[in-house]
Amino acid sequence: MIRRHALAILPLLLASAGWAGEKHSGYQDASPETRAMQDDDAANPAFLWVEQGQALWAQRPAGAGRSCADCHGAASVTMRGVAARYPVYDARLGRPVTLDQRIEQCRVDHQRAAPLPPEGDALLSLAAYVGLQSRGMPVQVSIDGPVRPFFEAGKALFTMRQGQLNLSCSQCHDGLAGQRLGGSVIPQGHPNGYPEYRLEWQGLGSLDRRIRNCLVGVRAEPFAPDAPELASLELYLGWRANGLPVETPAVRP
Amino acid sequence: MVRVLTNVPKQAKRGEPFDVKLLISHPMESGQRRDAMGATIPRSIINSFVCTYNGQEVLRADLFPAIAANPFFSFAVVAQESGMLAMTFTDDNGIVQTETVSVAVE
Repeated sequence: MIRRHALAILPLLLASAGWAGEKHSGYQDASPETRAMQDDDAANPAFLWVEQGQALWAQRPAGAGRSCADCHGAASVTMRGVAARYPVYDARLGRPVTLDQRIEQCRVDHQRAAPLPPEGDALLSLAAYVGLQSRGMPVQVSIDGPVRPFFEAGKALFTMRQGQLNLSCSQCHDGLAGQRLGGSVIPQGHPNGYPEYRLEWQGLGSLDRRIRNCLVGVRAEPFAPDAPELASLELYLGWRANGLPVETPAVRP
Repeated sequence: MVRVLTNVPKQAKRGEPFDVKLLISHPMESGQRRDAMGATIPRSIINSFVCTYNGQEVLRADLFPAIAANPFFSFAVVAQESGMLAMTFTDDNGIVQTETVSVAVE
């Protein structure tokens, strides 16, 4: 038993040798060229989506009586700081919802329009536009109250070994962050820039997609797009990133 | 319509260079990839880009398949007279689109 504990502590010691346990955005691990892309809104390709999101915000979907702006007004005012708090607990559903799920919910319940295709350009655009309004503000995901059990579930998922490679998220992103996997630095895995433009994807993608990527990487079966595990894991990741600035829409390698 | 973001200063000083930035939403499909069935995905890239300043050509570029999706152009133009910058690009599917931006020179 003691020996098992000693082994569990080992990766933590390795990590402390690197960044001394400080929170560290993926931005700091990116190359100077990638950081320059993110720093300049004119060069950040994610702004192609942001522009589309801005148009969608004001546009009434087919068959719907109102646009996002008809209820929420100017996003720069009403959406400021919103993305920094997500995922949040939804009392009616009794579970945490992510920002993407909230946008879909709003669309179906209040606009009475057809849901947007998951991971599609329209949904990503709206999420990027809403997320942008919180840029620079610290992530502050709450885990108090009824959302606590979901947080615990997310934490358990983060430390659970998965897949044919039998790795947990924590082993790399807590234990080995700052070291290298092949040619790339292993980031701490903070979700403070989503939806983000990945050079690897040559497009904008959500945190769901990134997690799917990671799971496929350890040869585990990815969660279904609407799986409750995904929201729990995103809640844990959000809490883990608390205090880091929102960088949406970030650029990553 | 291809989505394009242009970034040009509203004011420029005569005789001095100013930066022109342009981001084009385009898949830049190289023609080297295959789909799930093994069939080649046809090449679809922006193959040429021309920028004119009051009708005079100031930049011409040929693009090749190794350029990533959503290409970004950044170049400098020397301000001479107030007027129009017209940026035209052509892609393999025959789409020709022109973005115009006005520049005020003082």
